[in-house]
Order: sequence, then structure tokens, then C-alpha cells
Amino acid sequence: MADRQTLEFERPILELEAKIEELKRLGGSALQAELRQLERRARRLQEEVFSELSAWQKVQLSRHPQRPFTLDYISRLTADFFELHGDRHFGDDGAIVGGLAQFSGMPVVVIGHQKGRGTKENVRRNFGMPRPEGYRKALRLMELAARFQRPILTFIDTPGAYPGIDAEERGQAEAIAKNLEVMARLPVPIIATVIGEGGSGGALALGVADRILMLEYSIYSVISPEGCASILWKDQQRVEVAAQELKLSAQDLRRLGVNDEVIQEPPGGAHRDPEAMARSVAETLSRHLAELVAIPKAELLARRYQKYRAIGAVRGA
Amino acid sequence: MAWWNRKREKREASQALAEKRSVPSGLWHKCGQCGEILETQRLVESSRVCPKCRHHFVMPTIERIALLCDEGSFVEEDTTVEPEDRLGFVDTRRYVDRLRSAAKSAGVPDAFREGVARIEGHEVAIGFFVFEFMGGSMGSVVGEKIARLFERALERRIPAIICSASGGARMQEGILSLMQMAKTTVALARLREAGVPFLSVLLHPTTGGVAASFAMLGDIILAEPKAQIGFAGPRVIEQTIRQRLPPGFQRAEYLLAHGMVDAIVERHDLKARLGQLIRLLS
Repeated sequence: MADRQTLEFERPILELEAKIEELKRLGGSALQAELRQLERRARRLQEEVFSELSAWQKVQLSRHPQRPFTLDYISRLTADFFELHGDRHFGDDGAIVGGLAQFSGMPVVVIGHQKGRGTKENVRRNFGMPRPEGYRKALRLMELAARFQRPILTFIDTPGAYPGIDAEERGQAEAIAKNLEVMARLPVPIIATVIGEGGSGGALALGVADRILMLEYSIYSVISPEGCASILWKDQQRVEVAAQELKLSAQDLRRLGVNDEVIQEPPGGAHRDPEAMARSVAETLSRHLAELVAIPKAELLARRYQKYRAIGAVRGA
Repeated sequence: MAWWNRKREKREASQALAEKRSVPSGLWHKCGQCGEILETQRLVESSRVCPKCRHHFVMPTIERIALLCDEGSFVEEDTTVEPEDRLGFVDTRRYVDRLRSAAKSAGVPDAFREGVARIEGHEVAIGFFVFEFMGGSMGSVVGEKIARLFERALERRIPAIICSASGGARMQEGILSLMQMAKTTVALARLREAGVPFLSVLLHPTTGGVAASFAMLGDIILAEPKAQIGFAGPRVIEQTIRQRLPPGFQRAEYLLAHGMVDAIVERHDLKARLGQLIRLLS
């Protein structure tokens, strides 16, 4: 495994696993006892490391280059996917993908941020940072979903909106705002799943939903720990404490009443077993979807309103 | 600050508020744009607009209320809604301490004031960001008050007006502040569906999560001259693209040229234009 694809706290686990692999190759029944012992040790080590992850380590996991991305979930979760392109105004943004598909025996619309693997794909995907045309493509697909009464599944995984002159020029703020407004009133069930990084407004633009689900090692934050450290501490090195203070982990958000469910990841994180991860996501999504499709439209919208209306911390009437 | 700007004496909270940020204080003030030396009293009388170059100084919220509402008509609502530090946030200072000193210097519990008032005789649900309070940042209290403003406008079928001046979401409230973008916008979405007008007034500056939610969703969007309006901060953009930004970038005039706002309105004209829009829309 390439070094830069490995997080520091993963290294001892992976090294031990490499050793086990080596022993297995050498074979010989004499090694069986030692192998089993080593495997137990590897499991224990992993449990130990992962049972006390810091907020910053969770941030790193949420950004893991080998973590499954939106298209990885779409291909494992859905059948008959037809990707749709373009916002019909300006262009097609590779940082957001979407289309029609079948999920759990139901026709749905899927939309998500898309990160890339390797330099070339990352350039094409702009590292998962959408421009206005990305939000507007998502908006077009959501309106399509409403027209044809298709539930919407969104997958959130972005460092945030792209901070560039062109994005500002074409109305980044308005594009994000418009999605929030339209999603608030779409008469179809919406489930948003944070699969990796939920970065600020760029994430929220796909995030107004009837259910907000988060993977165990995903994060959702108003600002990146780096940005927060540089603004509030005036020191970019303070990312660990900034991550801690921001309360951005899936577990923190559950406590704050923001997400509805945290989906457990396979041991070592989603990237260690993408198939198992996809199965859990599929199971959780179909359970929530079955609940939501049974709710009458007016009731669905009233509940969605109450859900967001209630988020916040204030005192006094 | 030059010595002739310094004048220290005991003041009421509302006057102390006038001193925050780049709000001129003392007997004299120098225009940041044309260099004209202005008598502060005169500047206040001219709604803090430089009579020589028309530069719009930051206007304290209390003066903004007087500028736009018919005399004595503003009835403030929800004054007992106060912030709570749910995250227990500590950076170089504790958030609770930041809140306490901001409340003391701004004279209000958080960065938004709202209520019902009349503009040229028309009843409106109107709200004002208090930029003097932590840069007008939007946390749970601001979001809650904006949602209530929209709900009140909907219930009474009166136009909603918000004067925005904000750096965006309040970091110290973490995800809860991000979610205020959604909270304010779901409330606005109902209002718009019902055909009750929302007039959004963008003051200097309106950026980040405030711009990327209700503020850019006005049925009509007005902006004050030269107001900075946008999503990403100029410094972040410069660091990302590693080049200088074009002159006038993210200013009101730039937004008008790019089709993002309906009109730029000078401060002395703002009340009359709002009154006109209310007449034309109701």
C-alpha cells in the first residue's frame, strides 16, 4: 500500500497485517498458532486505535484517499444507473454527479459530490469542490425528481464550495441558497447521507432532507478545521484542537440532534471493506426510505419544516 | 485613530455601539475614501454618507432603524431570545466570554434585532443584523429570530424586509450555525410559496452563510453602494487561485453587472425605494 495513502495511526495496524500476509505466504502448519495469535493482535490493535480516535483523526479518515466516493456507492447500491449531465445554463460540473437509478426496487434520483482518485481525476472533479453549475445541475435533477415523483438520495462528500473568481462571478451564494429553498419544499422524500467530508455550505446545498444520515467516520462542519484554526487561533497548526472544538464528528452531531442515525463502518473504516460498507448503507437507506414513502406529502413537508426549525441552541422564549 | 477622533466619556449602550468597527466617533472624522475631514455631527445627520464623495460609512443598527422605519413605529420582538454555548467552544477565549463582552459593547444579546414597523405607512416585518455584535455572525439566535420574522410576515401577510450585514456563519456554534442557513431558508420558502414579498437589503458586508441562504433569495434584492457581497472571502480566494483579485470584485456594482442584484440604492433613498416596492408588490 502506497505510503501517502496511509494515515499515520493506521500504519502499525497495516504493518502487522503485512507481516501476517507474509507468514501466510510462507505457509507451513508450524506457523498456524503464531498466525492466529498475530491476527488476534492485529484485531485488538485496530480496536484499540479506533476506539479512541480524536476528532482530527476522524477528519483524516473522512478524507481518506481510498474511502469509497459517491460513484462507488451508486454502483454498489443501485441498478440501472443513468448519469445525467449539465445545468442547462453554463456547463457540467464534475464535482457533482447524479442521475436516475433503481434502488431497493424503487426508481430514485441519486445526486452526490464526487471526489477523484489521482491527479487527473481530481482535476476533473475539482477535488469534489462544486461550482455554481454543480449546484444548478443538482437543482435540475431534484426538480426532475419532483416532477416524476422519485425519492431523492444525496451523498455528501466535499471539502466545500470552490472558492474561485469564476464561482463568485456566476453566483455561488445564490446557487447554494436556491438549493436550500427548493429542497425545503420538494414534495418527495429526501435522504442525505454524509459519506465523507461535509464541508460547509457546499455540503448543505445537497443536505436539506427528511433524514440526515452520517457514516461513523464522516464529519460535517461549518468550516474546515484548517480554516477555523487560521481564523480563530491565527495559527494553521492548531487543526487538532479546532477539530475538537468544532464538534464535527458523526457522534457529536447525533448528540446535537442534527443527524438521525450514524451508520457503523467496518473495522478500520469504510475503505477497509467498501462492500460491507455499501451493504450497511443500503440496508439503512432502504429502511428510512420505506418509512418516508408511507408519509403523506403534506405531512412530509410539515415534518421537514419542523426538523430544521428546531435545530439550534437558544435560551428564552 | 487620530487624536481628534478620540473622545472618551461615559456613554449609553446605544452610543457605545456607535463606536464599534469603522463607525466614526469623536468630533471629527476623516473620510476613508476621499480624505475629506468631516464633522461627526454633520456625518450622522447625513446618514453617515460622505457629502463630498458619497462614501457610505458603516451605520450603527440603531441609526439604521431610525432611517428606515416611520418615526416611533418599530416595535421590537423576541428580545428575550439569548445565545447558549451548546458546544462549550473555546478558542483563544471562551465563547461565553466573547458573547458577554459583545453584548456589553453592542447593548443587545446577539447579532439580530427584529420586529414590526411601518415604512411610509405600510406595515412590515423587519429585521436588522447588528454588525457591531461579533461581525453580525449568524448563530442560533440570529437564525431563530429570522425564522420568527418570516413566520410573522406569513401569519400577518405583511412584507418581510431584512437588512443584512454579516461575515457569515458563527464558527463558535459549529454545525448549529451552518444549520441556521437551512432553518432561515425553510422559513423563507413557505413565505415565498404564499406570495408574501421578501425584500432583501444587502449592506457592507454580506458574505458566507448569510449570502448563501435567505439574503440572496429576496424577491427583490437591493444593495448599498460598494457593499461587499459574496460567498467566499477575498483572502481565501486569493490563497486558492494565487492571484490578485480584480478591482471592484464582490462589490455591489460587480454584482449588479453580473445580474445578481436588482438595484444599488443610496442610503438616503433606501426608505423611499422600499416604500415604492411595497406599493408595487402589494
